[in-house]
Amino acid sequence: MADSSQPSAPKPSSSVKLVLLGEAAVGKSSLVLRFVNNDFQPNKEPTIGAAFLTQKCQLPTRTIKFEIWDTAGQERFASLAPMYYRNAQSALVVYDVTKASSLVKAKHWVAELQRQASPGIVIALVGNKLDLCEDDAEGGDEGEGEGQGEEAGEEAGEGKGEGDDGKVRKVSAKDAKSYADDEHLLFFETSAKTGHNVNDVFTAIANKIPEASLKGPRGGATAGGGTQAAISAGQDSSRVNLNARQGAEGGPKEGCAC
Amino acid sequence: MSDDQSAGADIQKSSDNVSATGGEETQPQAGSVNTPKHDGQDVGGLERSQELTPPPLPPRPRLEVNGRPPTTGAGSFRLSKRASRPQLLSQATTAVSLADVHTQSRADFSSNPSSPASRIVSRKHSLSHFGKFRGNSDSGGDDSASLRSYAPTLDARLDGESLLGDVPEQEATPAWRALSAQLEHDDPFDNVLPDLDLFSLQMQHEFDEVCAVDAEGTNEEQTLGTWKAKLKHFFILSASGKPIYSRHGDDQLISHYIGVAQTIVSFYQGADDPLRSFTAGGTRFVMLSKGPLNLVAVSRLGESEAQLRTQLESLYMQILSTLTLPSMEKMFSARPSTDLRRPLEGTDVLLDGLADGFTRGSPSTLLSALECLRLRKTHRQTINDTLLKVRAPNLLYGLIVAAGRLVSVVRPKKHSLHPGDLHLIFNMLFEAGSIKAGGGENWIPLCLPGFNNTGYLYMYVSFFSTSEGPTNGSDERPSSAGEDDELAVVLISPNKEGFYELRKMRDELVEQLQDNGCMNVIKTAVRKRHAACSDIIPGTALRHFLYKSRGNVQFTMPSFEPYYHGLAARRKLMNLYSSMHESIHLKTAHLKVQHCTAQDAAALAWETPLFELYCVAGPQATKASLAHGANRIVQWIRREEERVFIIGGAVF
Ligand SMILES: Nc1nc2c(ncn2[C@@H]2O[C@H](COP(=O)(O)OP(=O)(O)O)[C@@H](O)[C@H]2O)c(=O)[nH]1
Ligand SMILES: [Mg+2]
Repeated sequence: MADSSQPSAPKPSSSVKLVLLGEAAVGKSSLVLRFVNNDFQPNKEPTIGAAFLTQKCQLPTRTIKFEIWDTAGQERFASLAPMYYRNAQSALVVYDVTKASSLVKAKHWVAELQRQASPGIVIALVGNKLDLCEDDAEGGDEGEGEGQGEEAGEEAGEGKGEGDDGKVRKVSAKDAKSYADDEHLLFFETSAKTGHNVNDVFTAIANKIPEASLKGPRGGATAGGGTQAAISAGQDSSRVNLNARQGAEGGPKEGCAC
Repeated sequence: MSDDQSAGADIQKSSDNVSATGGEETQPQAGSVNTPKHDGQDVGGLERSQELTPPPLPPRPRLEVNGRPPTTGAGSFRLSKRASRPQLLSQATTAVSLADVHTQSRADFSSNPSSPASRIVSRKHSLSHFGKFRGNSDSGGDDSASLRSYAPTLDARLDGESLLGDVPEQEATPAWRALSAQLEHDDPFDNVLPDLDLFSLQMQHEFDEVCAVDAEGTNEEQTLGTWKAKLKHFFILSASGKPIYSRHGDDQLISHYIGVAQTIVSFYQGADDPLRSFTAGGTRFVMLSKGPLNLVAVSRLGESEAQLRTQLESLYMQILSTLTLPSMEKMFSARPSTDLRRPLEGTDVLLDGLADGFTRGSPSTLLSALECLRLRKTHRQTINDTLLKVRAPNLLYGLIVAAGRLVSVVRPKKHSLHPGDLHLIFNMLFEAGSIKAGGGENWIPLCLPGFNNTGYLYMYVSFFSTSEGPTNGSDERPSSAGEDDELAVVLISPNKEGFYELRKMRDELVEQLQDNGCMNVIKTAVRKRHAACSDIIPGTALRHFLYKSRGNVQFTMPSFEPYYHGLAARRKLMNLYSSMHESIHLKTAHLKVQHCTAQDAAALAWETPLFELYCVAGPQATKASLAHGANRIVQWIRREEERVFIIGGAVF
């Protein structure tokens, strides 16, 4: 099996296991579909079980091959989740910016990951469906990325949006961001529909995966084993809050090849 | 959380149960040759599963469809080498001998609801139905038997006119009316212009969503109208009356009707005389009570009670497949008012898929059998060998499925695959879009109730497109893959950690099938689609047929084109098949032939212990030409048997 110590490969390529968690219908599968196929389906059918997809992400110095577990988020299979996040080097915990309860659920997932997953797991908190509240006065804050073609969200609205039924947005970017900062999570608001910030999330994660924890491409049968459990023990130093802006700093140029 | 863990534990336990079943099944081919005598595809399996389940459901009054004895274990999808082929060869009876022709009594058909259209049904008709079905609930359908009369006739009359003479032919069955245009112009089934006809229109809108009633209720009337216009409804409610599922309409819209249904059902349950079915006008209502659930079907499509009951059984199986029986029972015993919709989250699409399949009418459901991809025997053998060679240690079942048809199966000797379970799997793969459209691989916990309704299995699914050159796994899979030309590898294991093991098996399987050329063979076969009837039997008068090999629990058929194009035409044809199926299964004789003619079709049904054959020709076709066609189909099957059916499969 290839290893990160592989000599003189021009651009070392490594596999990164990533799991998506979050309430049903927040847009997990849509984010993956956008990332992997650059596509969006307005009436996506709910995921059955869990889906496994792969997608490469080119960084300046290396290639990351994401092995993505998109879970269905149904309650009855909550007990299966450990199987998906075990050994995962990264997680996307997704909520829907138009649904307050979905952030509550997301926080539960973050807590579970911090308790049960590999210690060095890179977690990104993602507020999806941003396109639905583009007209709202309150836009994103620094959690917003470079805003490829997204104008409305650029205003640095400080007002609290939650609880205000007149607005589509139910979770303010500020609140979510400050929670993410407290928990040392990457934070993004995205739209799988427009594609806004989607690649940036994955690129930021790829950049934040410590080089040392990377290993060669997954080798079939052995890959499911527990060997990766130790990967990122002691990587806590890397849990500096690399905020979204920094993560996406290099912009789309060094983004994923998709 | 603990629920799932205990379910996992159950699987271990279940393998013991399963071995026990396997033992039973190896006995004299119960599963192989006796296909279910009842029309129910799933009934046999469910009943058997219940035997395996520690706490069985409270005994429900057994429905003996039309007085036939229930057969247990009969529905299993056995691919036993010994069982099938030699027997077919041993049967010399292929000729349609006139001595065996029983003229179908029209009275048989009158047990169908009078009209799918429902509005123009004569009062006398519906009243008699009502009486009859009330009677059924006590006698298991015996009084319909008493109406029947069929005497062997050496010279069966061409039109199969009623021996009782009291039911005019054209009123006999919805399907006949469906196919005999012009007699009742108001009947949506009756129209010679398929594109303009009301029925086509109705079918077209049958699957449209009923929009929600807005806050002010301004569109309530219209919404209700749309809802009522649906030809078919399914409801599932808990014993305490909580809505769990409805094919059409949201809670607000249907709550009133759910309430009525609940009242009626519980009234009869309270009287210890459960209501099974009734008709009102041309609408048939069928109720099925399963432990803590009540399932209701409402149909204006002219299906029989038994057929609707089978459909409800299938929906129930889907619920078990999501929850497992013990966990569902636990929820209800802990809290009888449990709202099952939450634990069932995500199952709606699967129930919708099943329901819509029933509404469109599927030969597979009607016959409780599967269709296979036609392949040369040597190719199939190579595929089987490859499957055995790359088999993962924890594999339970492996399937290669192409365009809804089975290419090959690998399974342990002891465990057959239950057709009802396969139906659930096929529905998940091909009706619910999410797996096919997902573009990746899937890992799906599911319970296969026919196999074992107490625990979960784990299913690995990987789709390939057949429309282009060789594919190497998910990376290269195009996002806009075609619709029907999909090829899926399905691998099932009791091990919930088995994903990577099965994924590796998939990789090896695909690689080897590519190397030995079978992948291209499969793709070519899929692209060819069904042959037209006239290609199979040149010069025949037949337009379509269904041939079911009872021993293999598989069927084969030609293309619906060119005669049955579109939803409505197909549904009409399926109604005709349903009526024939229903009536031929009412009998007890072993060799049975029925011949029927109507204004726009002539048809023949032929049943032997080995097969069921239903053929349809144009209205001008003579009985002789139908019989001739039927014989040639049987000859063709004899020649092609190992191509059109999977015989044996890969057994380890
Ligand atoms: N407007 C909008 N709709 C979205 C977005 N992402 C997903 N959706 C829709 O939300 C629904 C649920 O999405 P899905 O990806 O299946 O959610 P999942 O259950 O978390 O995987 C689908 O109808 C999507 O089309 C988004 O960014 N904007
Ligand atoms: Mg999803």
